[in-house]
Formats: sequence, C-alpha cells, structure tokens
Amino acid sequence: MADGTQGPGDRKQTPDDEAALSARRQRLGERLTKMSRPSENGSGPRQAADASAIARGFRLSTELVAGVLVGALIGWLLDRWLGISPWGLIVFVLLGFAAGVLNVMRAAGVVDERHLDD
Amino acid sequence: MDPIHQFQIINLFSLGKLGNAEIAFTNSALFMLIAVVGLTLFLVVGTAGGRAVPTRLQSAAELSYEFVASMVRSTAGSEGMKFFPFVFTIFMFVLTLNLFGLIPYGFTVTSHIIITAALALMVFFTVLGYGLMRHGLHFFNLFVPKGVPIYILPMIVAIEILSFISRPISHSVRLFANMLAGHIALKVFAGFIILLGGALGAVGWAGGVLPFGMIVALTALELLVAFLQAYVFAVLTCIYLNDAIHPGH
Repeated sequence: MADGTQGPGDRKQTPDDEAALSARRQRLGERLTKMSRPSENGSGPRQAADASAIARGFRLSTELVAGVLVGALIGWLLDRWLGISPWGLIVFVLLGFAAGVLNVMRAAGVVDERHLDD
Repeated sequence: MDPIHQFQIINLFSLGKLGNAEIAFTNSALFMLIAVVGLTLFLVVGTAGGRAVPTRLQSAAELSYEFVASMVRSTAGSEGMKFFPFVFTIFMFVLTLNLFGLIPYGFTVTSHIIITAALALMVFFTVLGYGLMRHGLHFFNLFVPKGVPIYILPMIVAIEILSFISRPISHSVRLFANMLAGHIALKVFAGFIILLGGALGAVGWAGGVLPFGMIVALTALELLVAFLQAYVFAVLTCIYLNDAIHPGH
C-alpha cells in the first residue's frame, strides 16, 4: 500500500500488494521482537523463568527482602566491629533497601541488566 | 496431623564423631543418596545404548541434556558451556529432590534452607572465584556501571555490591520457601479431612471431599512448582555465571 489510495477495507488487492504487505508485516514483527527483548542474553530466558504468576511474585518479594536483610546484617556487623552504633545500621539498611529495589527492577526486567550505557 | 512433622530430620545411623558433633546419616542424606544413585542410573542406562532411534529412557536423557544445554547457551552464551556439567548437575539434582518430595512418605530435601543455601553459596563462590581468576581485578567492574556521574558513584557502587551479596539469599530462599510452603499447604488440607471426619462423623467424611479435591489440585500445582523452581534455580545460576564470564559487558 505504497500509494495510500487503497483503504484497509479494499478487497481488490493485486498479488504485488499482498507481497509488499506481508514483507512489511514481517519487518514489523522483527522490529517488535527486537524492541520487546533488547538483549538476547538477559531478558529472554528470564521471562521464560517467570512462567507462573506466583513464582514471579514470589521471586520479586524475595529479591527485595534479601537486599534489605543483607544491608541490615552488614550495618549491624559494622556497628559491632567499629562501635559506631547506630550509624552503620541506618546507612546500610537504606543502602540495602536501594539494592533490594534494584534487584526487583532487574528481576522484573524494568532496567536491563547492565546495558544502561550501551 | 502436625504439618511440620514431615520436615523432621531423623538420624538413621551414626558415621562416627567429629569433635563433639555427631556425623549422622539422616533421612535427608538417604534421600540425597537415592537421588544421586537414581540420576546416575537414569543417565548411564539411558545413554548406554546410543541408538539412532532412541528408546524412551534414552529419549528422556537426551531431552534433559538438550533442555539444559539450550538454557545455558541462551543465558550465558556459548562460552558458558564450560559450566554445563555444573548447571546440569544442579538442575537434575534439585529437580529430582523436588520430585521425590512429592512421593507420599517421601522427604523433601530442598525444603531445608541449609541445603538450598549450600547450593546457592556454591554458585556464588564459583562466580566469584571464576570471575577473579579469569578477569583479575577487572571483575570488580561489575560493580561500577559506566556513565554514572562521579559524585553519586560511591553510593551506586555500594548498592551494587549489596545487590551482589544479596544474591545467594534470594537464590536459596526462593527454592526453600516454595517447597516448604507447598508441602505445608498439602498437609494442612489433608488435616482438614481428618478433622472434619472426626468432628462430624459421616457428614464430615462426605464433606471431606472438598479438601480432598483441593489436595488433588495442589498436588498438580506442586508438580509444576517442583519443576519450575528447579528451572528457575538453574536459570539464575546461568545468569550469575554469565556475570562471571562477561562482567560489565
């Protein structure tokens, strides 16, 4: 439909038009798959891994909790070793929370794994 | 009746003492041994014939190989194939343990966090060790994303490091909690049948059909979860190994 005179409802399509249309459809399909999974490496199998919704929800919640837990643990240990209580706990719980959110965003595929720059 | 009872560790016999700690052969160890022996038999017998037209067993063995191989290739690249034996072992081991846990009177080894944590830490230290061996200190580029302004870089690096350290936790907790929760749910619904029957007699036993139907549905779901969690565990292993092979690519 290069000339634009034929509407989408027009049934009198020549074989040429149909070939052009199917070629365009194929190109669109390729572009769509390329856009929906920017890297073949990271997000493709990750989406397959989240086949069931329960597993997906569970995965995201553990990612967040793990980040906060690690932050709290490190902060607590630093407090004990360096005697800077409560500053280690305060700083590292906040950092851990940020790490947890980062984990969740990575797991959900919102930020692509380490492809921010290229 | 106690839904937690199924996770109890029982010492079957003692293997001697290390200091004051007893080294016991437990029911958990027994099921791991059964899993390893069963898996070895399955793969050795399955691939022994090497026929062009595979038998059922050979086909199953080949399918499991193909499945894990394509997973490793797509996640960690063709370079990741050097870790194929590692990933294959983890996947088949976890899958077999999960499935054995579904057999009545079976013991679910993967519902103990010590087992899943040991597996996750093994992956974690493999990633760390291989990454450092292969890339030296460049491995730590993993924690330094490019294109970040210098004034927030220290915070970003701290967050990335925490995110890296939190991996084995979420890796192990996910498998353990899924198996634990599923098996407890099964036992709780089974307990409902007994409670209903005990409290209401014949009416109760008839009403027990409802929780029984639930158990049937849950068992099917657990079968899916058993497979899915083994798969997720293996895929995450591959994703983490990918970081060791190509840090900050």
